[in-house]
Amino acid sequence: MGLENSLWESLPDVVTVKLDAVINWARKSSIWPATFGLACCAIEMMNSVSARNDLSRFGAETFRASPRQADVMIVSGRVSRKMAPVLRRIYDQMPEPKWVISMGACATSGGVFDNYAIVQGVDKIVPVDIYIPGCPPRPEMLVHAIMMLQEKIMKESVKDRYDTFEEESRKSIVPGTLPVTEGTALEKETEIEVAQNKVSRPYTIPSRHERRKSS
Amino acid sequence: MADTTVLLEFVEKLKAENAAWIADVKEAFSEVTVFVPRESIVDVCWVLKTEHGFDMLADLCGADRGPEEDPRFEVNYHLFSTKHKNRLRLKVLLSEDEPNVGTVTTVWKTADWHERETYDLFGVIFDGHPDLRRILLPSDFDGHALRKDYPLRGYEPYSLS
Repeated sequence: MGLENSLWESLPDVVTVKLDAVINWARKSSIWPATFGLACCAIEMMNSVSARNDLSRFGAETFRASPRQADVMIVSGRVSRKMAPVLRRIYDQMPEPKWVISMGACATSGGVFDNYAIVQGVDKIVPVDIYIPGCPPRPEMLVHAIMMLQEKIMKESVKDRYDTFEEESRKSIVPGTLPVTEGTALEKETEIEVAQNKVSRPYTIPSRHERRKSS
Repeated sequence: MADTTVLLEFVEKLKAENAAWIADVKEAFSEVTVFVPRESIVDVCWVLKTEHGFDMLADLCGADRGPEEDPRFEVNYHLFSTKHKNRLRLKVLLSEDEPNVGTVTTVWKTADWHERETYDLFGVIFDGHPDLRRILLPSDFDGHALRKDYPLRGYEPYSLS
């Protein structure tokens, strides 16, 4: 948190290779998820930290109520178009390094809710690292996803991780998702720009793989 | 079957007050529905609340009969009297060209959000409403989602695929 912002530019590669192994090991050993239940998948997510499944064996049992303290966002359930900007804001509030797990059919593709109200896949809003199929997935599948995420973290480089820019979060506001209430200054600005046709809001934002610089 | 004579008495009282207030009365399943012309719905609601004890607006909802129908929209007012324990339904029919009806927020304050919801999902405009904007759907939503001719996936497909 904050460390990589100063590291990723200044360090030569030969040092970060050695540093990666240490930092990634530290990161993967304690992935703190954000408490963010959206639908019935959240019930399975709660179950995964129960005594029977015990997610703490993999260091991911500490669900944090604040996104500032979280490392992974488990999108558990269908995301409505009105929830989409909220979800994106929570994602933006999480400090780097951060990962996203799309849990269940609805978060991954909209599932059976192929209608005007539901976002057809949460990867239209935030970059997703791991997709879990199922309706809902069993807690074992979530545990497996955490383990897959740990494998993925070990392959990463410190240089890939830096805080996202405001521009990206502005681009990620998708049509039909502006909140009814008066939003932040960023949202107002976006609304004005869209009204003047200055920017066209894209449906997708580049995934982490696409904007990865090395490795 | 419950007796509807008490409810029909209220209708007769309304009729005695102003015959133009009541266009039609329907009785089914021991419920009474009064069809009220659009212009007089606020007056009817006010009289029912102040003089006949219907002090609670249990529900206010819209309905779309389909684009081929005329009048196309209907707005239903479900009234309840906590004094007499009676329920009465008022119904206003609206055409597609002019889906305007007076607001009853002046009678029951709870009508505020109900009318906003009806506006949001059906596009019925409540004249005189203090704050008529969308309540359930996002503010830049295109169209009114519960209309019969609204496409299931919306006018602008959310997904590229």
